[in-house]
Amino acid sequence: MRAETYDIPTGYAALTPDDANTAGDRSITNYTINFGPQHPAAHGVLRMVMELDGEIIERIDPHVGLLHRGTEKLIEYKTYLQALPYFDRLDYCSPLGMEHSYVLAIEKLLDLEVPLRAQYLRVLFAELTRICNHMLNIGSHVMDVGAMTPNLWVFELREDCLNFFERASGARMHSAWFRPGGVHQDVPLKLLTDIGEWCETRLPKLFGDAMSLVIDNRIFKQRNVDIAVVSKADALAWGFSGPMIRGSGIAWDLRKSQPYDVYDRMDFDIPVGTKGDCYDRFMVRVEEVYQSARIIKQCIADMPTGPIASLDRKVVPPKRAEMKSSMEALIHHFKLYTEGFHVPAGEVYVATESPKGEFGVYLVSDGTNKPYRCKIRPTAFSHLQAMDFLCKGHMLADATAILGAMDIVFGECDR
Amino acid sequence: MASPAPLIAGHKGVIAAVKKAIGKAFVEGIEAHGELSVTVKRERIADVLTIMRDDFAYQQLVEIAGVDYPDRAERFEVVYHLLSLTKNHRLRIRVCTDEASPVPSVTGVYPVAGWLEREVFDMYGVVFSNHPDLRRILTDYGFAGHPFRKDFPLSGYVELRYSEEEKRVVYEPVSLPQDFRSFDFMSPWEGADYILPGDERYVAPAPPPAPAAAPPPVAEKPKPARKPRAPKGGKL
Repeated sequence: MRAETYDIPTGYAALTPDDANTAGDRSITNYTINFGPQHPAAHGVLRMVMELDGEIIERIDPHVGLLHRGTEKLIEYKTYLQALPYFDRLDYCSPLGMEHSYVLAIEKLLDLEVPLRAQYLRVLFAELTRICNHMLNIGSHVMDVGAMTPNLWVFELREDCLNFFERASGARMHSAWFRPGGVHQDVPLKLLTDIGEWCETRLPKLFGDAMSLVIDNRIFKQRNVDIAVVSKADALAWGFSGPMIRGSGIAWDLRKSQPYDVYDRMDFDIPVGTKGDCYDRFMVRVEEVYQSARIIKQCIADMPTGPIASLDRKVVPPKRAEMKSSMEALIHHFKLYTEGFHVPAGEVYVATESPKGEFGVYLVSDGTNKPYRCKIRPTAFSHLQAMDFLCKGHMLADATAILGAMDIVFGECDR
Repeated sequence: MASPAPLIAGHKGVIAAVKKAIGKAFVEGIEAHGELSVTVKRERIADVLTIMRDDFAYQQLVEIAGVDYPDRAERFEVVYHLLSLTKNHRLRIRVCTDEASPVPSVTGVYPVAGWLEREVFDMYGVVFSNHPDLRRILTDYGFAGHPFRKDFPLSGYVELRYSEEEKRVVYEPVSLPQDFRSFDFMSPWEGADYILPGDERYVAPAPPPAPAAAPPPVAEKPKPARKPRAPKGGKL
């Protein structure tokens, strides 16, 4: 038995053959989905409005700012020293890297000399921060594309790093240990020897084991090789920095090209990618971990003894013991912890190579004890902006790999 | 330089070369704290940055920062930070503007400027002309005002919480149990122009009535009253 009537669309005859529906056709329109704001692969609170054609991404509009806390405004109401802990809370995965730019900016405005031991300590802990950050990023990137075990292994190493931070500053994450003029406290010798031993034994073994599971893994390569290829020209135009620009084959590292502290005394290599895809960016980070370990070992070997902070008592407060016995030290201590130091009027832009890229601080001083303006240049802002052109034409599942290889933390992106 | 700040290539002759290249758009060039700043005319910023990118090899626009100086006629500064990877040099280009005058967008020169200009617009209300997508970026959906202006209060105007009664997030005017404590560290001996705490209780004693036909008093001059001064600027 056949049905007598067919459901013939009205105006059928008017259709051209190209538009004519054949049996079983459905017209599929692009549709829009929300990725986030709460999504485990978004590495924080990121909302991406994705326009999809089937599973192909046509357009991405990232909505950032869900973690905006007005850090720059808050800093304008704090003294220079009080503003320092805000920097820990920007990129909470690599806190000391954030502090580094800020203290260097203040020192540049003050034209303050920093003792050599303090510079070595800063470089040592900045590199330890880099390892710590890359452990998080490598682990979560690997997990985003489906592997579980390496993440757990490299988190062991991250835990070690955090323990070292705790032994140096008393805090595992928000150290507030770099201070204008040096560092807050000296480290015990045992800590330095432990870090050195860790770099020799535990780090290469555990990290090498974890990476041996990943870097030649077929699934991992299928998810990352040739995904989101960035040409050199694009990397420059979109303001990439750090592993993102090096993954595209540009050997640009502020530690080498614009050395600060004692980086000019360090011997290390800059890994670069060849194709500029997600796999290259991942491998750049893997190699950077080994290079950081190399720098740490050199720091420990070459570190001189001496003061760990400038002896300029108008900037760096005296030690507590000194304060108890000297009237002048007491006055300095009191003044520095209430009023703080005054910074000469002027403006500087200081950028350092944070684990995620160029992290800059544009500090405008009006000569008082509080910054007039402190603009923070986050690394994630320019990288995330490129998300649209990176993802275009890729599958939905690739978005997590691309995001993972970008290394984004929203404390820093949204400020 | 003594401080351990990042080292970049020297500045010799850069300002003169820039001035020659951009001609009338040049307003001012300063070298201070080891950094170069060039102020240019607002209308010409896109042209200037094109010249910087093409002829001076500043391949990257690193940052656009807004700064607010409420006392000036053109209160906002928009500061472009350029980086040259080949010359290893940084340059700061600055334009001034106010709430009404738009700054030409440089998204055509550096695509990265898209979000950076959106941020300056969001935070300061500086308008960029020819920007393809000038929306707010960091503040909340439906936010009113420009929070980084100096006349915007630190606490903001609204706060939000989840209301159990209405089963949704509600916005309410900010109410703080304690004022923000902002201390003035200016020394009271060096020209604090407000009443010192406690001074307001001091009332100058009435001059004693002059006794008739008494010998003129020697010494015993009354202590001059500290003149209370009007508070200024609402400092506490």
